[in-house]
Amino acid sequence: MTMMKKKTRRAITGYIFVMPWLIGFILLTIYPLFYSLFLSFQDVNFSTEGIKTTFVGLKHYNYAFRVDTQFPTLYVQSLIDIGLSVPLIIIFSLIIAILLNQAFFGRTFFRAVYFLPVVIISGPVLSELLTNRALSIVDPNSFFVYRFLSTLPSFINFPFLYIFDNLITILWFSGVQIVFFLAGLQRISTNIYEAAQIDGANAWVIFWKIILPLIKPFVLVNAIYTIVDLSSFPNNPINTSIATNMFNFQRPYAYSSALAWVHFLTTLGFILVALLLLRDRRRAL
Amino acid sequence: MSRKTKGLITKIVIFIILLGIAYAYLHPLIYMVSISFMSMRDLANPIVSWIPTELYLDNFKTAWKVLDVPNSIWDSIEMSIIPAIFQTIVTALVAYGLARFEFPLKRLIFFFVIAAFIIPVQVTYVPKYILFARLKLVGTPWSTFLPAMLGQGVKSSIFILLYYRFFSMIPIAFEEAAEIDGANRFEIFYKVILPMSIPMIVVTFLFSFVWYWNETYMAAVFNGDNIKTLPVMLRDFVNRYTAMFPTRDASVENRINEGIRMAATLITIIPLLIVYTILQRRFVEGIERAGITGE
Repeated sequence: MTMMKKKTRRAITGYIFVMPWLIGFILLTIYPLFYSLFLSFQDVNFSTEGIKTTFVGLKHYNYAFRVDTQFPTLYVQSLIDIGLSVPLIIIFSLIIAILLNQAFFGRTFFRAVYFLPVVIISGPVLSELLTNRALSIVDPNSFFVYRFLSTLPSFINFPFLYIFDNLITILWFSGVQIVFFLAGLQRISTNIYEAAQIDGANAWVIFWKIILPLIKPFVLVNAIYTIVDLSSFPNNPINTSIATNMFNFQRPYAYSSALAWVHFLTTLGFILVALLLLRDRRRAL
Repeated sequence: MSRKTKGLITKIVIFIILLGIAYAYLHPLIYMVSISFMSMRDLANPIVSWIPTELYLDNFKTAWKVLDVPNSIWDSIEMSIIPAIFQTIVTALVAYGLARFEFPLKRLIFFFVIAAFIIPVQVTYVPKYILFARLKLVGTPWSTFLPAMLGQGVKSSIFILLYYRFFSMIPIAFEEAAEIDGANRFEIFYKVILPMSIPMIVVTFLFSFVWYWNETYMAAVFNGDNIKTLPVMLRDFVNRYTAMFPTRDASVENRINEGIRMAATLITIIPLLIVYTILQRRFVEGIERAGITGE
């Protein structure tokens, strides 16, 4: 025992530290993840001995997209929400972080205000604010731009009207991202800006040629964080479907599980798109 | 125009833009406070837009009753502080194991920590419910405590990564010195590392507390009917209200209005607002550190 190699002993100690997490990961993440995949191909019946399952193939997935009158609409709504909100949150939070980085007065105050929603946001609070019109800061119809955009074909004006209608929600989901970006910006040495200015670069060039390339890793981290944050928010329409269908008496557990896997694959799809768009091209070559 | 004045003008313009954005951020809160003090008459009066005509507190009285605050606030405190403590301890243990020891499959475990983050909680919702029902944990606080104790609590991967970065930056010499003095690795962790990590522990606890406070998706079903946190009460507010104050006829009397609902929302977030006002620096700086870890 005393002769046990120091290396082995250290490895065992390491495992002891990691053990609670490892048990939890297997029991409460890996097992439920694949059990829900299994359930999504089954019909679940309750019997005296517990749960009985029978294999039904893709029945629940078919039902979700072909028969269910609500889910396809909710699914598309969620796709649009995430697809539009993620880029908007990234762009807004980068702009705000750059402005904050320039500010010489009140930076701490503004940062605290922009971060506040992260602390108070929860599903019920957001729905209450939404239904009681606390999130509509101004009537968009009073803007000429809004009325003008409304007259355009919907495939053109859609993203713009979306910004107007969801401005505060987008801002409220940007708190963490702003602080991430700000941390990234502060790592860029001011010498680089000064050198660029001496070479005659204006703010526009500095943004595209210096800030953006250096901040790119942060854009990717923020994009993934935002995708996961929005996907797991309780008010996401898919998530409400998963909860309401759990005890659906015709297809208990199984249907929710199928919806959960649709949701999971969709989230992975979004992350994959983010990785492809934002990966470091130089490294790829 | 000289360079100096040009710079000054830019700064003023930036300041005004930032002020405008801050207003957009705070608008819902200002609106909520303003509306929650309005009587039915003020709400119906188009001239009254921000400042109520009288100090009207009935909305808060009603919301207090419907939310059953004396009970739900304790449930909220219990269901956020206790799991937050578990989460703060366990994620620190895991991160220390990853930061300081070499063992087989470590890189894989590290990969799993990150992978666990991208799985929305809803994906494992049904099997977890079945599992907890079988273990007779549904309707008890342990359906929340157990995942926190096993490092699978709300956003635990973020905390593990934060701690990991923090521990990696502590010079190894401290631990070596303690080892020469005869301390074992657990004593070192407890007596040397933890006291050095107090700021990190505080940040983890704060975020963990806040995220558990705001968690409703699991809590609404897993905690059963005996444990009702404030946000879960707020979620069912309209139904509870109509059950408690039925309207017999079409009259406006007793009918729910946005004043009552905004008062209820305000009550739900006031504890968080207080914590944030006192400790906002800790919150923001904690995430700043996470941002650097992000690379």
